[in-house]
Amino acid sequence: MRYSVFPGCSLEKGAIGYPYWQSIEAILPHLGIELVEVDDWNCCGATEYIALNRMAAYALVARTLALAAKTDGLREMVAPCSACYLNLSKADTYLTQDSVLAEKVNRALAAGGLHYHPGSVKTRHLLDVIVNDVGYKAIAQKVTKPLTGLRIAPYYGCLIGRPAFYGQIDDPEYPVTLDKLLRVLGAEVVDYPVKAHCCGGHMTQISEATAFDLIRRLIKSAADTQADLIVTVCPMCQMNLDGFQNAMNRYFKTDYRIPVLYFTQMIGLAFGESARALGIGAEIVDARPALSRIGVEVPPVEEARPARRARRPKEALPMPVMPEEEEEVEL
Amino acid sequence: MTERIGVYVCHCGSNIAGMVDVAEVAKWAGEKLASRGVVVARDYKFMCSSTGQEIIQKDIKELGLTRVVVAACSPHLHEPTFRTACERAGLNPYLCEMVSIREQVSWVHTDKAAATEKSKAMIAGGVERVIYNEPLEPLRVPINPNTLVVGGGIAGIQAALEIADQGTHVYLVEREPSIGGHMAQFDKTFPTLDCSACILTPKMVQVGNHPNITLLSYSEVTNVDGYVGNFTVTVKKKARYVNTDLCNGCGLCQEKCPKKVIDTVFEAGLGYRKAIYRPFPQAVPKYPVIDRENCTFFQKGTCKACQKFCPTGAIDFNQKDEYITLQVGNCILATGYDVFDARRISQYGYGRLANVFTSLEFERLSNAAGPTGGKIVLRDGVTVPQTVGIIHCVGSRDKHYNNYCSVICCMQSLKFAHLVKERTGATVYNFYMDMRTAYKDYDEFYQRVLEEGTLFVRGRVAEVTDAARLPGEEGKLIIQVEDTFIGKQRRIPVDMVILSVGLEPRRDAKELGKLFGISCAAAGWFIERHPKLDPVATMTEGIFIAGACQGPKDIPASVAQGAAAAARVVGKIQQKEISIEPIRASIDKERCSACRICNNLCPFKAIRFVEATENEPAYSEVNPALCQGCGTCVAACPSGAIHGTAFSTQQIIAQIDGLTSLKPGGDGHGARVEAEPVPA
Repeated sequence: MRYSVFPGCSLEKGAIGYPYWQSIEAILPHLGIELVEVDDWNCCGATEYIALNRMAAYALVARTLALAAKTDGLREMVAPCSACYLNLSKADTYLTQDSVLAEKVNRALAAGGLHYHPGSVKTRHLLDVIVNDVGYKAIAQKVTKPLTGLRIAPYYGCLIGRPAFYGQIDDPEYPVTLDKLLRVLGAEVVDYPVKAHCCGGHMTQISEATAFDLIRRLIKSAADTQADLIVTVCPMCQMNLDGFQNAMNRYFKTDYRIPVLYFTQMIGLAFGESARALGIGAEIVDARPALSRIGVEVPPVEEARPARRARRPKEALPMPVMPEEEEEVEL
Repeated sequence: MTERIGVYVCHCGSNIAGMVDVAEVAKWAGEKLASRGVVVARDYKFMCSSTGQEIIQKDIKELGLTRVVVAACSPHLHEPTFRTACERAGLNPYLCEMVSIREQVSWVHTDKAAATEKSKAMIAGGVERVIYNEPLEPLRVPINPNTLVVGGGIAGIQAALEIADQGTHVYLVEREPSIGGHMAQFDKTFPTLDCSACILTPKMVQVGNHPNITLLSYSEVTNVDGYVGNFTVTVKKKARYVNTDLCNGCGLCQEKCPKKVIDTVFEAGLGYRKAIYRPFPQAVPKYPVIDRENCTFFQKGTCKACQKFCPTGAIDFNQKDEYITLQVGNCILATGYDVFDARRISQYGYGRLANVFTSLEFERLSNAAGPTGGKIVLRDGVTVPQTVGIIHCVGSRDKHYNNYCSVICCMQSLKFAHLVKERTGATVYNFYMDMRTAYKDYDEFYQRVLEEGTLFVRGRVAEVTDAARLPGEEGKLIIQVEDTFIGKQRRIPVDMVILSVGLEPRRDAKELGKLFGISCAAAGWFIERHPKLDPVATMTEGIFIAGACQGPKDIPASVAQGAAAAARVVGKIQQKEISIEPIRASIDKERCSACRICNNLCPFKAIRFVEATENEPAYSEVNPALCQGCGTCVAACPSGAIHGTAFSTQQIIAQIDGLTSLKPGGDGHGARVEAEPVPA
């Protein structure tokens, strides 16, 4: 499986999302994925630019798309960051629908000797590629050190499922793909009710009070469900939840310590990669106490006994029957 | 040109005359179309009035007209009027042609000069076409007095009883083991709050005992052949594994059966039944059925507890599905609805959060015969809720799911609010978009519930979550909603959430429609012949619809439709025979290449394939009684072997020639070019 890749600014060396990139590079060979970096790519415009100057924002994205179209003839481009994924797919969709816009944008691109045919490069989120192209089965076969005993809150953020310019890759309000993936890796996945809520985005720069409240909701809910850690699919979510957790604690006089890691780091751990190779240790809220449960001290091969479920009282009414229960993937 | 044609242009008050210069059009037709055979052209204020019709009749008699063209409204409305007028004057009714200059011209244009020109062109087309009209005679077929009613809910029950009482026989087919439908599951009915079972069960008993009703429960229609007056219907009677001649309905088998199963149908998943079961005590018929999938004997080969205990020896494990054939003249479909699957709106947490219930679950919860004996409690079976939130429009009025309003949910939610208040004294919130309490005594009920102190929040609920954030939210379900009256986001902690789920067409409505040759609209409800004036008939003669299968409906409306469909059927039966429009397709055997393309295209299953014999090659043939004259086969036939009466190729081409005979942008004075001779 070969794709071009748009790492985005936050995954650059030295940037806060660099561990994400490290872990991606570490697991690619296991997954049989080859990524070809788009040469000379530029910023996607993040979440704000489109609100300031639309034309320029579309042109900015179109430049990257035009360059991607020239990358080895690859028609699908992977974006590991949810914001990049949204911007790229959004601009491409609008350019496809609006020929006048496409023409204007191409006039701008012509200044740099570029041209983009709308629709010629499809941007996909890394999570989508991993669960749908590689598949749970293939991943399950590669697991050597299952994450047994780790309680994880799967956090998707708001950008990956909404508004789905290329069609829905998961339920926008209550996504489940990451849950399934983490279960395949052996972890215990908690029902995380705020999994698709906003992390605050760049509100940390504009209105701390707003951002901290949003961050607290996510952290508190994870703590309420007794999760050992939060796993995310987006560097901005990771930064807000991890980097601003202490500031949020100070603001609300709370004392949460929930580490936030990337899903690729979890895949790497389950595949037997070392924490160092996966960039673990760079996070601000220390993940070591949580990971020690599955790390050196506990031999991971032994399967933990499933927790005994509380007996339902005799009078209890049955839960709604769910005929289309998701099929469990065998490890 | 041997035909003598009269052209009549209607003003329709100002409906047409306001946008079309009708006098000019009539004058033009009289002058410029004289060469095509028009001997008289008149305009009149209301052609459909008695005086208007008399003008046509007088002209037919005095001027010896052989063809009539009426330029007025759509033929859907007044074609029968003008045809009958012609017939009264001794002209074959099918020699009258209508041109729609209202629906297709005056109502849809804003430029009077252009509209006038278009009317002329359309009349020219009508004149060219009517020349080729053929005199036709209507077909007459006898009507079998038996009727098939599909669906034993309240609409089907009503229809069956009305027809049976009038003296002809009814076959009532019901898929479930008992009739009763959704109404049997409810506790109370709005707005009167009378007990649903108390008003329904007498009707069910009547059906069970009626000498004119054959009740086929636990059965499904598998095939329908024939046409109005003469349908042959195949019904599959699913094996009950209970000999109904011996069973006395004592219920001992049910008591002794060791296998407990969640009842997803009658109890809406909120209660249990056995593998041998009767859905509810008042079931009609009283005989239980064995659910093969869950029966220990059928799955493992041992058990037979029911057989051992049955005092009459009625259990028969060797029963097989049985197919029976019925001859009926008319069919009424009253197949009802399914409820919206609340799991589809994942942010409301149904299936994930234990204390989120659907409206159907709540009906069972509040029902005195339900799993809790009518006690309103949380899913743990004991805790009485102190705060309850009822969410309206779940799956309705939402472009992601169904655009339509499900009609019953507002009143149903009000009923729930009342019941919760009455039985638990809990605080009740209603989250609504608009309150829709039309119809008799409904709004009074709303006001009563308001006075009882139920709280109403106008706004679409964003989510139901158990993620507590603020004081007082721990252990509660929090309803996040924008209160649009105060323009603020609110978080309302409650113990129980009831989702007032919308109504949806039956999952298999499309297939059933296909079986009976009727179609479903985009949303999936069966299409009636006319939404206002013919709501229970369909485009297929002899097939009627009643109740919620036609669109969301409450009980009074379903009963009214059941009775209406019955009245239509009784009317047909009393005619003893029926005349059907002679507009039919016919296949020229000589030209038919037996390619069978038309066979599957025909929406009415009217085309039969005749295999080759020694003397004759294979060909397809149209059953004129089944054909509805839609013309699909005519257009599709690659050999041009199919002829559509009243829609012949000749007529269509002549009409197009007429339509295109005016120069575009003409001066309005008939720049008519001489039409080329029409190819035969």
